[in-house]
Amino acid sequence: MSFIDFLLQHSPALIVAIPLLGAFLTPLISKINNRVRNVFVILIILITTILVMLLASDVFSGNIHTYVFGSQDLTVPLVRILFEVDAMSAFMAIIGSILLLVSVIYSWSFIDENSGLDKYYTLVLLLAAGMFGMMLTGDMFNFFVFLEITSIASCALIAFWTNKGKAVEAAFKYIVISSLAALFILFSIALLYGQYNALNIAVLGSVIQFSYLDKIALVLLIAALAMKAGIVPMHMWLPDAYGRAPASVTIILIGATQASLYGVFRVCFTLYGNTINLSSASIGWIIVLLGLITMLIGVAMALIQSDFKRLIAFSAVAEIGFIFLGIGTGLTLFANNQMFGLIGTTAMSGGIFHIINDSLDVGLLFLVAGAVYYATKETSLDKMGGLARHMKYTTIFFIIGLLAISGIPPMNGFASKLLIYESTFQLNPILSIVAILSSIMLLAVFVKVFHSAFLGPALPKFNGVKEVPKTMLFAMGIIASIIIIFGLFPDLVINNIVDPAVNALINYSDYIREVIPTFTGGF
Amino acid sequence: MNGMSRIVKTIASITFPLVMIYGLYIIAHGHLTPGGGFQGGAVVASGCAMILIAYGSVWTLGKIKEKNLSILESVGAICFITLAILGLGFGTVFFKNFLIGSEIIFGIIPSFGSTISNINTAGVIPLMNFAVGLKVIAGLFGIVLIMAYASTRRDKY
Amino acid sequence: MIFNFPFIAVIALIIIGLYAMVFRKNLIKMVIGITIIQSGVNLFLITLGYREGSVAPIFTSLPSGTEIPQGMAFPVPQALTLTSIVIGVAVLALMLSLIIHIYRHYGTLDVRKIGGEK
Repeated sequence: MSFIDFLLQHSPALIVAIPLLGAFLTPLISKINNRVRNVFVILIILITTILVMLLASDVFSGNIHTYVFGSQDLTVPLVRILFEVDAMSAFMAIIGSILLLVSVIYSWSFIDENSGLDKYYTLVLLLAAGMFGMMLTGDMFNFFVFLEITSIASCALIAFWTNKGKAVEAAFKYIVISSLAALFILFSIALLYGQYNALNIAVLGSVIQFSYLDKIALVLLIAALAMKAGIVPMHMWLPDAYGRAPASVTIILIGATQASLYGVFRVCFTLYGNTINLSSASIGWIIVLLGLITMLIGVAMALIQSDFKRLIAFSAVAEIGFIFLGIGTGLTLFANNQMFGLIGTTAMSGGIFHIINDSLDVGLLFLVAGAVYYATKETSLDKMGGLARHMKYTTIFFIIGLLAISGIPPMNGFASKLLIYESTFQLNPILSIVAILSSIMLLAVFVKVFHSAFLGPALPKFNGVKEVPKTMLFAMGIIASIIIIFGLFPDLVINNIVDPAVNALINYSDYIREVIPTFTGGF
Repeated sequence: MNGMSRIVKTIASITFPLVMIYGLYIIAHGHLTPGGGFQGGAVVASGCAMILIAYGSVWTLGKIKEKNLSILESVGAICFITLAILGLGFGTVFFKNFLIGSEIIFGIIPSFGSTISNINTAGVIPLMNFAVGLKVIAGLFGIVLIMAYASTRRDKY
Repeated sequence: MIFNFPFIAVIALIIIGLYAMVFRKNLIKMVIGITIIQSGVNLFLITLGYREGSVAPIFTSLPSGTEIPQGMAFPVPQALTLTSIVIGVAVLALMLSLIIHIYRHYGTLDVRKIGGEK
């Protein structure tokens, strides 16, 4: 067995273990030198990214990977912790690894002036371990544990600038919401465990009955995970947290939020996969409606903001609404075979494709906002102006992000939004009208930002402003180039990455059959 | 926080070794009886917190530094993950119990059923308990120490 | 009926905790609310693992004549509860340290006087 095969076989465990080991080695290594520590952290994330890519390339070719901790054989009843990686998990892990890599490169200069950086990097690596754990695990309780690791690490990172009262307050709001959500999740796990005596997602999915208690558990799970993902009635923590955290943290927080979204999809499609014909229409419409409200409230609140990062945070809320709209449309039609074949798969690939587009677009805009803050120490849009004269590369990156987030053709946002528009139009025209309207409003929001921050006469107080350091430009350049590549060749991305993920969600029985070979449900 | 009266200090000094022994016993017997790294570590850390309350945070911070505690905590976590990765190296998979069945330390497989406890069993589980215990002692005591110190400071930003 | 009492207690604890979280104006009391909810969920998990007339699942000190494993309480929910308690300690410590910081910035713990962003 070659070394690559060995790595491939053990990569699900190593993707979580390497950041975890790195997290606890960081305080010791930072005793040597700050530069060594930064290189070490980037190296750890780079190794993890390579492992994720290796695993993903194998998973996308059709193999589902399972990894049992502490034993080689898979025996039922399962008492061991099991990691199960299908195309959807691998897709999410790719997003997470890209965001993490960009974040640590960006942090090199951005956060350099602060103290307590060894703790910062420890928490970043812990957050990485928690995020990858959530995405790769095949066990409900393990999912809860990783969710809590993610929320603890991200809460501490949001409060990293403890000298600002608003940051601490945002972190407190976040930890209250996320610990409440995690307790709901634990309660529903206990409900399922009490009935079926199993914690494994695949085993639970094979025996689930959709009894009264199961319905309670489903509602609790979706509510709690939507709370963590920032869906509108529960979104109030998200603008605070995104707006007040350092920009390099915000971009990882996007990944953590997406991991909660992944939890919603995993619960709807795999855990309750066996009963999806019963649940799909009602749950699907609820998700569609939540998506619509999320879009509208998100853009409407973004219009009235005057703080740069807070404005982007509200547009991030709106973008999550698009994802929910796409996936919800697919789920609504799941029981209806004929309609599903026509528009359901299109809607779902639009929604799934929009996950990666949203995280790249919003991430790039947050990095630009962080760069502006780094150069000018200013967050209020009312006091900015004429920055394009001093920061030309940052301005170019902002234009790319602006075009991408509002779905203008050469960028990646257009491809996924078009898929969502054309499929939701056939379900109900009102849905796509609302979606297009909020997309146009997003464009208006960011044109306003562009005008007030970057255009206009040069302000005398910004005379000394220089372009940000090269590492920050490099980090923004990585995301911007991915955005442009995705925008120019969307069919390549959809065929190779998105479609396997969509198929993994639809064919839930493959996921179950990997653990229980005798399972005969599904289609 | 200042220290308390001499009576409290004396009683705390007398009971501290007993609490320590009890906590370390729970850590060491984690694979035989209820308990383990976290529970024993919590007992030891609460013993340390008792000393902190009796003698005051200023005195305690003179004896033990928060930086050293954070290093100890890292060492505990590193030991735990290293044991798991050694399972990959010596055994076959991550978290493999590679010591069980070998005649080295903790290597004996006990006979099935209700037998007299043998502490020399269970493979890497006792070692992991020690690592977790170290981490929990350092972590919990560090939290209590820093909170006690922070609440003495009255300054605002 | 007697075996349903723990479940009633679970629901009562969770409702009391939610009440404290939503209606109390003091940050510390909100945190207490969260810990009460957590106790409720932990009690629920522990109760799930109990079998009527069973003994503690300590392998080496079983009373003679105990059936293995039917005579023992189910240990997995206890392990889950323990994990949940460990996580709870971390979350509690984090929340309290944030409260210390909030108190330093604002000089109060009343939620009505803290923050308020659009």
